Amino acid sequence: MKVLINDTPHELAQDARLPDALAAIQATPPFAVAINRQFVPRSQYDGRTLQDNDRIEVIRPVTGG
Amino acid sequence: MSTASTKDPLVLYGQAFESRLLLGTARYPSPDVLEAAVRRARPAMLTASLRRQTATPGSAGGDNGFWEMLRELRVPVLPNTAGCHSAEEAIATAQMARELFDTPWIKLELIGDDYTLQPDTLNLVGAAQTLIREGFQVLPYCTEDLVLCQRLVDVGCQAVMPWAAPIGTGRGPVNPYALRTLRERLDVPLLVDAGLGLPSHACQVMEWGYDGVLLNTAVALSQDPVAMAGAFADAVTAGRAAFLAGAMTAQESAQPSTPVLGTPFWHHAQSQ
Repeated sequence: MKVLINDTPHELAQDARLPDALAAIQATPPFAVAINRQFVPRSQYDGRTLQDNDRIEVIRPVTGG
Repeated sequence: MSTASTKDPLVLYGQAFESRLLLGTARYPSPDVLEAAVRRARPAMLTASLRRQTATPGSAGGDNGFWEMLRELRVPVLPNTAGCHSAEEAIATAQMARELFDTPWIKLELIGDDYTLQPDTLNLVGAAQTLIREGFQVLPYCTEDLVLCQRLVDVGCQAVMPWAAPIGTGRGPVNPYALRTLRERLDVPLLVDAGLGLPSHACQVMEWGYDGVLLNTAVALSQDPVAMAGAFADAVTAGRAAFLAGAMTAQESAQPSTPVLGTPFWHHAQSQ
């Protein structure tokens, strides 16, 4: 399936779950995740299946005002 | 830095803070300068934000230095929702921030205009209400509009943060009348957030009775951010002390401060 991870297209297996998407970008803690603008708690990563065209955001802490 | 040993703490959502200065962490010349500025200012909170991790191998999570700095400084973190243009985005960002920073605090930013970075006042209240229902301690960045601020209080915001001027302009309070009216009408803690450029601006709003200030660019883009951080901290303290002391009433005409009675060489005017 095709998904967007941080607005970049990625091709994942049809049965891919969220950890597969995180591995695809080598996500390194600390980070947090939203799929299709909905927050996904860390405790739900392993069980979270993905759908074609999902938009996945993987965010990290940065400086801010 | 968050332990309130002072007799006049800033109290937000029941938590007491010794400092009345909240400091942003962006735009400093270097991480070392940022850290030194924080140690000089000793702020109540430090703001932080969230951005996408890069997909570049080896650089994912590349800002871990900032993360480690936050942990070492041991200053409470106030995550923001900067850049969000809808309530949905702001709520999801707040939820991610809560998990990432392990804090219920959120500086709610909902931008309605990209040119001025003016808050989306029509959707801010609903977003704040949702977040408060979810257990967040919301500090909303808002305009100085009295009714907007009142509505934010009505939905449960225990403090509000009106701007002095657009973010990053350093212009100082552009609408003193509205800010002072807001102070007179609302009893909740008020913090001026954004638009301050000089310590005198911070001192001014504190003299008006504001409970604190949140600033970033005025320190970060100064010639000496560490010294300026100290100057702002001192200004906030001075302004608060002046407010508590109570200012004299301004007079229309001059009145000598030195006693007139017994002035040497004084005499009635005589005709020649």
